[in-house]
Amino acid sequence: MKRIKRRYLALQLECDVVPAEREFIDAVWAAVTKLYGEVGASLTGLALISFDLERKVAVLRVSLAALSMVRASLATINGIAGKETAVYVLGISGTLKALYARTQ
Amino acid sequence: MQERWVTAMTRAFADLHLRINPKNQQATQQLITKAARFSYRLISIPFSSKLSEAELAKLKTTCSEAGLDFVSRADFYPRSENDLTHFLRKFRRRFEVICITCDNKEVARQAAKDRRVDLLNFPSLDYHKRFFDRAEAELASCSLAALEVDVKPLLILEGPPRVRLLTTLRREVAIAREFKVPIVVSSGVSEERLMRLPRDLASLAFLFGLDEAQALDAVSTSPAAIVARNREKLSSRFVAPGISIIKEGKPS
Repeated sequence: MKRIKRRYLALQLECDVVPAEREFIDAVWAAVTKLYGEVGASLTGLALISFDLERKVAVLRVSLAALSMVRASLATINGIAGKETAVYVLGISGTLKALYARTQ
Repeated sequence: MQERWVTAMTRAFADLHLRINPKNQQATQQLITKAARFSYRLISIPFSSKLSEAELAKLKTTCSEAGLDFVSRADFYPRSENDLTHFLRKFRRRFEVICITCDNKEVARQAAKDRRVDLLNFPSLDYHKRFFDRAEAELASCSLAALEVDVKPLLILEGPPRVRLLTTLRREVAIAREFKVPIVVSSGVSEERLMRLPRDLASLAFLFGLDEAQALDAVSTSPAAIVARNREKLSSRFVAPGISIIKEGKPS
């Protein structure tokens, strides 16, 4: 079986009130599902790797094939849990080590 | 986190449509600061025809202090062909970018034909008023006008209206590519919170059928080419396309 290629995304949240980890990943899933439906969302292989409340930085893992879909979905997020929030992609990498090195 | 979110490569990113009232100084300053932080190189705030030179000069200074290149732009909503030609005759030489929002077919066709028009924009929500079809694209490809797509509606709409908008945009972008009409993706935002990083802006273009390279061109090289072309035309050394004064001799 062919190995699934993945990418790690470092995300910067811009908000006054930092959402909880659960609220954040729910908002990401909701954005992906809204744009691509449940079948599309199931192809993304989305997973939350880390969520730094202090720096407002989250790291997501997605499948390489669905990277463009996830990026577009993230750009459409305007609010999380009723609070105005924007999500920006700080960096994308194939390994967590390289991603952390870039975003430190 | 970095003070300025450097977006890897050395592309000069542009957002030619920040829809803010330049008279609101605080909001304008915030938007300019954010654009600089997001590594935009060129930004533009549309003016109405009532342009104050002092306001324009002030904006240019504020932008250059923030490390941005300010592009003067005028948006116009003509009601007829005559209205359009009158506007172009009056304002073409005062602005670096001219955008025409086409409200009817007569205006859309004339704007696509006229070489003085840089950007063609269409009302996002009224699908009956989006006249960018094959005939329009053919005219635009001869006159070098570009199709401008604002992403703001994609950020604020949900459900069926967004679906309809995406369908329309996908069709228009396919036609534009077929006729080699440049596509410019702008934010069209009026609020700071809706601003996106240039690459995030480009990623939204994926939704209406542009691949990564084309989307990045639509937020960098395409708008920059329009600005460079018009700056050359507006310079005092310009004679005709491809001809400019390099050195002036002394009369003997």
